Amino acid sequence: MGVDAFVNWLRDAAGVLHENAAYLTELDSAIGDADHGANMDRGFQAIVAVLDGTSFESADELLKKAGMTLVSKVGGASGPLYGTFFLRFGTALAGVSSINAEAVGKALHAGVEGVLARGKAELGDKTMYDAWAPALEAYDAAVAGGSEVGPALTAAAEAAAKGRDATVPLVARKGRASYLGERSAGHQDPGATSTTLILESAARTLA
Amino acid sequence: MKKLINDPGDVVSEALQGMAAAHPDRLRVDLENRIVYRKDAPRPGKVGLISGGGSGHEPMHGGFVGLGMLDAACAGEVFTSPVPDQMMAATKAVDAGAGVLHIVKNYTGDVMNFEMAAELAAADAGTEVQSVVTNDDVAVQDSLYTAGRRGVGVTVLLEKIVGAAAEEGQPLPQVADLARRVNDNGRSMGMALTSCTVPAAGKPTFDLADNEMEVGIGIHGEPGRQRLPLAPAREIAAMLVDPVVTDLPYQQGDSVIAFVNGMGGTPLIELYLMYNEVAQLLDRAGITVARSLVGNYITSLEMAGCSVTLLKVDDELVRLWDAPVNTPGLRWGA
Repeated sequence: MGVDAFVNWLRDAAGVLHENAAYLTELDSAIGDADHGANMDRGFQAIVAVLDGTSFESADELLKKAGMTLVSKVGGASGPLYGTFFLRFGTALAGVSSINAEAVGKALHAGVEGVLARGKAELGDKTMYDAWAPALEAYDAAVAGGSEVGPALTAAAEAAAKGRDATVPLVARKGRASYLGERSAGHQDPGATSTTLILESAARTLA
Repeated sequence: MKKLINDPGDVVSEALQGMAAAHPDRLRVDLENRIVYRKDAPRPGKVGLISGGGSGHEPMHGGFVGLGMLDAACAGEVFTSPVPDQMMAATKAVDAGAGVLHIVKNYTGDVMNFEMAAELAAADAGTEVQSVVTNDDVAVQDSLYTAGRRGVGVTVLLEKIVGAAAEEGQPLPQVADLARRVNDNGRSMGMALTSCTVPAAGKPTFDLADNEMEVGIGIHGEPGRQRLPLAPAREIAAMLVDPVVTDLPYQQGDSVIAFVNGMGGTPLIELYLMYNEVAQLLDRAGITVARSLVGNYITSLEMAGCSVTLLKVDDELVRLWDAPVNTPGLRWGA
């Protein structure tokens, strides 16, 4: 898998996040501060602007730049979290000669470890980690069963969607939704939703 | 949505241009990085004070830049924390060799972005940076099950008092200790009569019926802990003052700065009416009001409502509070 596949991923994710910006903001209005859609859209449009103006030699260079762009453009909690994800994801691919299912798995793990280090969330806190964690598990299981990148990412995206749906009844324990206490229950987590969109995009584009 | 704007995407940058145009005597605005600087920063030998946060809380923080308060304020998008690049640029620009203090309100995004900025600054070497996180909102339980208490009204009082100390030439460790002491002695609680509309979202963040209010709100239009039937100001004052007083606790004989803050959409006539209620409650509790502040200082766009902040003070804190300040948002003695 070459750098073009990752360019396609980022462009596709930017398109999907743009289409879903109002939806993400609506979810964030219920338990946050009504800015998640606008912030993700702004960050990924900035990545598209970088892609339009620069060509990248390697996937790691591309993804690190995408991460730094998110850190620089998004703000809020999602900027550092998604920025760190792509920075670590890219770093894990540095020097990898053949980007296969195993390499993508390592990169996914590295990215999610970065999210955890930055956000200190645990499973069930009603955060994006509730989508990332089952996605990693499903990805690993698929690869162990002999799947290539595409099908493994499809399994990961499906697991992320289940994790996202499972955030609905949870009481938030991290981020702005945690201020609501019990009142945060009954709402889907915006971060788990954007994570699922990004993984679904990966499943469509990385193969 | 009915707002005095041109394009929702341009609100923050056009407002910053307006600040630059309105206050050329006191401020210098880096429009590209969205940083409001004190015009004469950096001041040799003075600790640089930087704060920042989402926009929509005006006059905080840009309106508190100037003599006796902040050296720089980083503006994020509406209700969204600024990014590390801004904080890095501001830190470098205000460092005059005495180091820099970051004043951070306790929100997940603000804390993460300031942390990344501090890490990058450390890697970059040179500037000594300390951080203080404000977390005075008693509406949030400080527990493992929340992101911790929000930084609200005490941030304004802290920026004034610590700004005075930095202006006097106090060194960084002392300025940082003072900042922590102010935060430790301050508590706040807020309520809303209406929600507010983030320009990019275009509709109110939550719906509140004519006969309802939200108690325990923050400053981002987020819903509060409790939705209750609307009550007379006297009862609302007690709902705000009681949890604040019992939390620290403030005791008979204590002296405080009493701060009644408007959320942006409540007229001063109502804020003074609220202050009257608050002052009577404090008087009954035997708490002396050494100084007061009434007005819209840490707002949530056009939200109607108010917050009450108490800060326990001694002679030293009162002296620093009284020291000259000259910013667009607060000015006396200078």
